[in-house]
Amino acid sequence: MYNDKEASKIVDIIKNFARKHSLWIVAYGTGCGAIELPPTMTSRYDAERFGIRGSATPRQADVLLITGYLSVKTLKRVIRTYEQMQEPKYVIGFGSCTINGGMYWDSYNTIKALDRYLPVDVYINGCMPRPEAVISGFIKLQELIAQGKADGAKRYQENLEWYRENQRKVIKNWRMPEYNW
Amino acid sequence: MEINWSTILGIIFTPIIAFIVGVTYGGLTRVITARVQNRYGPPIFQNLLDIIKLYSKESNINHGVMQHLGPVFAITASVTTLFFVPVIKDSTVFTNFSFHGDLIFLLYIMVFGSLGMALGAGQTGNPNSAIGVSRGLSQLVGYEVPFVMALVAIMIQFQTTNLNDLLAVQDHFTKWIIFQSPFAFLAAILAFLGMMGYAPFDVVIAPAEIASGPPSEFGGKYLGLMLTSRSIFTFAKLVLFTDIFLGGASDFITLLIKTFILYMIPVLTGIVFPRYRTEQSIRFFWSWPLFFGIIAILVVVF
Repeated sequence: MYNDKEASKIVDIIKNFARKHSLWIVAYGTGCGAIELPPTMTSRYDAERFGIRGSATPRQADVLLITGYLSVKTLKRVIRTYEQMQEPKYVIGFGSCTINGGMYWDSYNTIKALDRYLPVDVYINGCMPRPEAVISGFIKLQELIAQGKADGAKRYQENLEWYRENQRKVIKNWRMPEYNW
Repeated sequence: MEINWSTILGIIFTPIIAFIVGVTYGGLTRVITARVQNRYGPPIFQNLLDIIKLYSKESNINHGVMQHLGPVFAITASVTTLFFVPVIKDSTVFTNFSFHGDLIFLLYIMVFGSLGMALGAGQTGNPNSAIGVSRGLSQLVGYEVPFVMALVAIMIQFQTTNLNDLLAVQDHFTKWIIFQSPFAFLAAILAFLGMMGYAPFDVVIAPAEIASGPPSEFGGKYLGLMLTSRSIFTFAKLVLFTDIFLGGASDFITLLIKTFILYMIPVLTGIVFPRYRTEQSIRFFWSWPLFFGIIAILVVVF
């Protein structure tokens, strides 16, 4: 008579619709890519049309936007920021540097592939990606959310040991709080 | 005991209507802000989507008991404020619990939400929250004084502390209190700018400066509760001001028109103004609005 599965399916559709159209980003803007965010958010390209909005703190955010290269020192802060965010949370790797190191591929002090340290949902390539590319990356993320495929946070929990091992390999002075989530 | 069904209906429907109207006004604000900044802007129901998303967040954090109770206090204060304001004039369903002395009661209960939020934010231990709370409570002291002055002037003038009596006085539009006691209106509307928290009085939640202030450690469902509370409280304040100064409303269309015009005053001011520091805003509230409040009382007494 009352189909529980169908009901939860409808709830999921509503949830995913709301999540898809309300992406609050916390932009980790230490790389050069941060310069592309102001034009994306302001009147020329206006990302607020898609419900994309900056958020003030990691607690309120949904999307962690890694704009460009990460040095080993900043990686530690990024990991802590990511772990403070509340689920469901997504990571967007922005620019070539997060994919293969980009122009910093032989640097002694930056990480090469972000995916070894944090679960990335969408990559936006380019050096720099223009605002059009940024918005198309966000729309790709919206599609993934609508299909329920943006499961980076789940992957992170399942493979936590593997991620931790990689993180500890590059971060020499590992003094991080132990979380119990 | 006889069950008063119309009151029960009012209890159920007033917060729902307040939430829907408040959320739509919030979305409208974002669209208007975007158009002023030469952008297209989000859809009008964007705030509703944000709130649904925040409620559907899965993980939550724990900093202690008051952190859980802070947003609950805020929403309690909002709904209680709403219950003591007659939403529709002479309606059996939407007059709610207005009673003799409710103006004085409202003065107290409207502050309760901010105090609850202050307690909740204090428990999280975030320094930005503490700064935001101290700024917010200072500003509260600033705008409460002219607001109380305006209300006292009206209480003396009409010898009543009941909102329904005030509504009965304003039976024709020439008798609206905005025309009968313009200085009280000036003082109250300037205090209203501070109450709504838009620029230039948005130093409390300044997002780029102190990371959104009191709610900086709140995410997910707590933030959802706060946004819900804020929507309901916005509507409650607008209806209160409509009842006191604009003669109330006898149907929903009039109510929406009057509240929307009132709501546009802080919104449009907020779009064009930069931000005051705390001491600047207190200095502002204790100069012109307070002056208008004193003038209003003097005009009534002499």
